Amino acid sequence: MLFQSHSSLSRRLLFIVPLLGLILLLSMVASLLEGSSGLGIADVLASFSGGGGKAAVVQTILWRIRLPRAVLAAAVGATLSLGGLVFQARLGNPLAEPYILGISGGAAVGAILGMFFGLAMFPGVTLLAFAGAMLVMATVLLLARTRGGGRSDFLLLAGVMLNAFCSACIMFLLSLSRGSQVQHILFWLMGDLSMAEPGRLWLLLPLPACFFLILILARPMNLLLTGQESAAALGVHVQRLTWVLLGTTSFMVSLVVSQSGLVGFVGLLVPHFFRLLLGPDHRILVPACILGGGAYLVLCDLLARALPAGGEMPVGVITALVGAPLFVFLLWRSRT
Amino acid sequence: MKAVAVSGLRVRAGRREIITDLSCAAEQGDFLAVIGPNGAGKTTLLKVMAGLISPASGELRVLGRPLAAYSRRQLAATVALVTQQLNPDFPFTVEETVLMGRAPHLGLLERERRHDFDIARQAMAFTQVDHLAARRLDQLSGGERQRVMIARAICQQPRIMLLDEPTAALDPAHQLAIMQLLHRLLKAEGMTVIMVSHDLNLAAMFAGRVLLIKEGRGLAIGPPEEILTPDYLRQAYGCSMYVDRHPLGGTVRVSLVAENDHSLCKAVSTPVD
Repeated sequence: MLFQSHSSLSRRLLFIVPLLGLILLLSMVASLLEGSSGLGIADVLASFSGGGGKAAVVQTILWRIRLPRAVLAAAVGATLSLGGLVFQARLGNPLAEPYILGISGGAAVGAILGMFFGLAMFPGVTLLAFAGAMLVMATVLLLARTRGGGRSDFLLLAGVMLNAFCSACIMFLLSLSRGSQVQHILFWLMGDLSMAEPGRLWLLLPLPACFFLILILARPMNLLLTGQESAAALGVHVQRLTWVLLGTTSFMVSLVVSQSGLVGFVGLLVPHFFRLLLGPDHRILVPACILGGGAYLVLCDLLARALPAGGEMPVGVITALVGAPLFVFLLWRSRT
Repeated sequence: MKAVAVSGLRVRAGRREIITDLSCAAEQGDFLAVIGPNGAGKTTLLKVMAGLISPASGELRVLGRPLAAYSRRQLAATVALVTQQLNPDFPFTVEETVLMGRAPHLGLLERERRHDFDIARQAMAFTQVDHLAARRLDQLSGGERQRVMIARAICQQPRIMLLDEPTAALDPAHQLAIMQLLHRLLKAEGMTVIMVSHDLNLAAMFAGRVLLIKEGRGLAIGPPEEILTPDYLRQAYGCSMYVDRHPLGGTVRVSLVAENDHSLCKAVSTPVD
C-alpha cells in the first residue's frame, strides 16, 4: 500500500493535503478556462489586462457562470466522497454510498414533483428536493432507532427499500410527464451542475462546518471499523457517534443533492480509491476525500462540458463512465 | 477492594433472560476462568463487565466503584476487552491497531505523542508482535492476530483484562503461548485477568480460580481442584468426564469420556485423587 508506513501521521498529512489541495486548485483553474461559449485562455488573460466590451462579457462569464459552477462541482464532489467514506465506515460495508439511506430517492421524488408542477429551480425544486431527502432519511433513522436495535444491516436494508419505493414514485411521475419536462427530469436524475448560480452559493455555507465535525470524529471512526463492540470497549459511544455521523452526513448530502441532482459513483469511487492508496486511517482519508473528491468532480464536469461538440452532457454520465471502469480496475488490482 | 464484584446480576435480551441470578467476584491480581456450557451466559457476563450491555438489575462494581459511575472512556481506561472480531474490508496495520488502545487516554483532538508510541511498542514487544508492526492485520495467522489484540488491550493500560475464548481456533503450541503471555501479564503488571474458555485443562493449569456457570446462574466458584470435579462437570455439561491429576506438576486434568465406553465409565464413578 503506497504511503502507508510507519511515518508519522503529521508527516503524511503534510505531504498529502498540500498535494491534493494543489490538484483541486489546478482543476478549478482549468475549469474556469473551458466552457460552451468557446472562451479560451487567451480571451480570459486578455480580459484581465483590461478594456473593451468583450473583456466585460468574458469577466461576467468567468465570475458569474464558470466560477459558481466550479465551486458547486468541488462542493458536491467533496460532500459525496466524504458521505461515502462515512457511510462505508458506519455501516461496515464497502459498497455503501452516500445515497444509501434513501437520500437520492427522497430528493428525486421531491425535485421531480417540483418540476412536474412547473416550479422554478430555486427555491421550489431545490427546497422540495432537500425536504424529500431529509424526510426519507429521518424515516429510516427513526425506524432503525425504534425497531432496528442490534441488527447492523437494518439501516442498509431499510434505506434500500425506501429507495426502491421512491423509484416507483419517480417512474410514475415520469410516465405522466411530457416533452421538455422529461428531459429536464432526466438531466436532474443524472446530475446537473449547470444549475449553479452565484446567488445560491450561500446554500453551501454549512458544508465546511459539517466537514470539520467529521474530521474531529476521524479517530472514533477508525475504531468503528474494527467492529461496534470493539469500538465501545475502547471508549466510543457508538450510538451517539452513529447519530452525529449519519445526521451530519445526511444533512450535507441532501443539501448538495438539492443543488446538483443525483451525481452517482463519486461517493463509491473516491473513498475506495484513497483507501487503496493511503490505507484505512480516517485522519488521512477525511481530508483526502474532501480535496480529492472535489477535484474529481471538477475534472469530470470539465470533461462533461468539453467532450460533446456544442452543448454539454450531465456530469453523472462522466462520473459513471470514468468511474465504473476505474473502480473495476481497482478491485482487480486489490485482489492480486 | 475487589477488582470486579457482581451481585444479583440479571440480564435480558428481549424477553429472554440470559443471566438470571449471578454473583461472583475477582480479587485484584486474580486469574479467573469463566467456564460453562454454550449459551450459559459467559460472553454476556464479560460484555456486562466491559459496559457493553447494561443489566436489567443487580449490582456491578469495578475497583469498588459502581459501573454506572464510570464514563465510557474511564471504563475503557480501566477494563480492556479482547474479542475475536476482525473486519477484513478495512485492514489496519498491526501498529495502527495496537495504537488504537491509546484512544481512551486521548481527547478527541489530541494526537498520539511519543509517550503513546512507546507504550504501544512495549505492548508489541511484550506479546512478541513487534516484528510485525508494519504488516496488515488480514495478513496474519490466527495466533499472531490474537497476540495483536492482546497487545492492543495492554496498550489501554487497564487494571482488568477480559478475554473471550482467547485460545479458540489456535493450535496447541499457540494456545500455550497465549496462556503463558496472560500469566506473565498478571505477574508483571499485577493485572486482573478474567477469561471465558471452553478449554478446561488450560483453565486448570493457569487460572487461580474458576467460575462455573449454567443457564445464567453461578454454579460454583473456587480453585480449579474444587470446581473441576466429575459431579460439578456433569451438573454443568450433562456428560461424564474423567478427572485426575496432570502427571507433571499435578494440576487437575479433565478428560472426555465416550458414553458407550464402559471401562472408562466405571472409572468416572469412582472418585480419583
